[in-house]
Amino acid sequence: MIAGLLASVARLVSGASVFYLDKPPDERQRVYFANHTSHLDFVVLWSALPPNLRPLVRPVAARDYWDKGALRRYFSEKVFRAILIDRGGSGSVGDARGTIDRLAAEMENRYSIIVFPEGTRGSGEEIAPFKSGLYHLCRQKPGLELVPVYLDNMNRILPKGELLPVPMLSRVILGRPMALEPGEPKPAFLERAREAIRELRGL
Amino acid sequence: MTRLSDPALVRLVGGVLVLLAVATAVGFVLSRRARTESARATVANLNARIRAWWIMVAVFTIAVWTGGIGSIVLFALMSLLALREFVTLAPTRQEDHRTLLWSFFAVTPLQYYLIGIRWYGLFAIMIPVYAFVLVAVSNVIAGRTDRFLERTATIHWGLMVCVYCVSHAPALLILDIPGYRTNAKLLVFLVLVVQISDVLQYVFGKLFGKHPIAPVISPNKTWEGFAGGVLTASLVGTAIWWATPFTPPQAFALSVAITLAGFAGGLVMSAIKRDRGVKDYGALIAGHGGMLDRIDSLCFAAPVFFHLTRYFFTP
Repeated sequence: MIAGLLASVARLVSGASVFYLDKPPDERQRVYFANHTSHLDFVVLWSALPPNLRPLVRPVAARDYWDKGALRRYFSEKVFRAILIDRGGSGSVGDARGTIDRLAAEMENRYSIIVFPEGTRGSGEEIAPFKSGLYHLCRQKPGLELVPVYLDNMNRILPKGELLPVPMLSRVILGRPMALEPGEPKPAFLERAREAIRELRGL
Repeated sequence: MTRLSDPALVRLVGGVLVLLAVATAVGFVLSRRARTESARATVANLNARIRAWWIMVAVFTIAVWTGGIGSIVLFALMSLLALREFVTLAPTRQEDHRTLLWSFFAVTPLQYYLIGIRWYGLFAIMIPVYAFVLVAVSNVIAGRTDRFLERTATIHWGLMVCVYCVSHAPALLILDIPGYRTNAKLLVFLVLVVQISDVLQYVFGKLFGKHPIAPVISPNKTWEGFAGGVLTASLVGTAIWWATPFTPPQAFALSVAITLAGFAGGLVMSAIKRDRGVKDYGALIAGHGGMLDRIDSLCFAAPVFFHLTRYFFTP
């Protein structure tokens, strides 16, 4: 219920109009990946999905931020049931593999996830190169479908470092699903995924 | 300020409802007779507009009937929605965030609060003077100098058009006109003449439009639509002189002023849309576009009508 309320508030504040280039999303397990510029991004994207789907869609969030303080922990654990991952870490291959394994395990065969593969919030002018987690996850779960999402204007509604949002209008554009091609190299795949969001931006 | 039982107000609202009923009937007949693809699209848009009109008239009527506070709150919300659409399109930057917060959550509510407490003196200068200074100072504090003048001017312009100008419509409620009661009728008069002029310009344009008046800015506006709309809307305004403190010739003259200012407002707001490369400011009202698309004419007509009325009809 709190989640539903938050979704309504997010929609009101962000005045988001939602566009689907493909059929509206269904319960199929998918990865929604989007550009990241604002704290509003996750809630707005989540609220843009059909209400019956929302319990099946979990955000992937940084543990260093969302595990701090009772309120943040309450939201990430209880309200959105976020999958918390360690960002950065030691950078060792073992760490990264452990993270992907845990992500895949948490997803089981039913949960879709929302990820921001840039890894951190940007200024909104450029979409930063993607971290490789997206690629490794696709390797781990063959046939997994990825839906590119462009979140427009969030950086102006609630920029990095600001507390209160200016209620401008925004757009959430969901593109056509894509998947890792057999044998596709990592850099090519990550660039293709990034390009998919850039294309939505031009619409 | 408002009296529920004012017979002239009841007649005004009743008249609008009858007009809408007629329009709905005409729309229904047209939808049956439309043959070609483009005719069907036009009629479908027309009927979507008429349906939206029912809702807008219902909201406006309820607001007016609740008295001063309802109208003030309604127009304040309209200002916020319009400002939201304006700022979304305007080239403001992240550095302007704090300035925009002030504009939305301090300046706009204050402007309408000043109407509520009938402080005309500050109402008239708050945005042109104090918000003008505030916007500039707040942008200076943000510390970015690139395109400073453009960013500052854009925000101030948005406040002037969406908040200051629009607020002159409910400000009609605080005018003291000797021998005249229930100023809500003046508000209805203004909104009715402005909106009916828009509708009639559209209708005359569709029926007889040939010569574009400003092809670069708005290809759909024609001399025929302009002349037909302004003239007939002014006659409508004259015909309801009994609800105003004006004589019929005065009502006609004021209606002409309202419709001309309204036309100018529509053109100016179109020019901004052109510049930003969009057709509508939003998609809030089915068939009409956004709030700013619906009230663009009111923005310019409200202050002109307010000051003419204030100058000539109050002591």
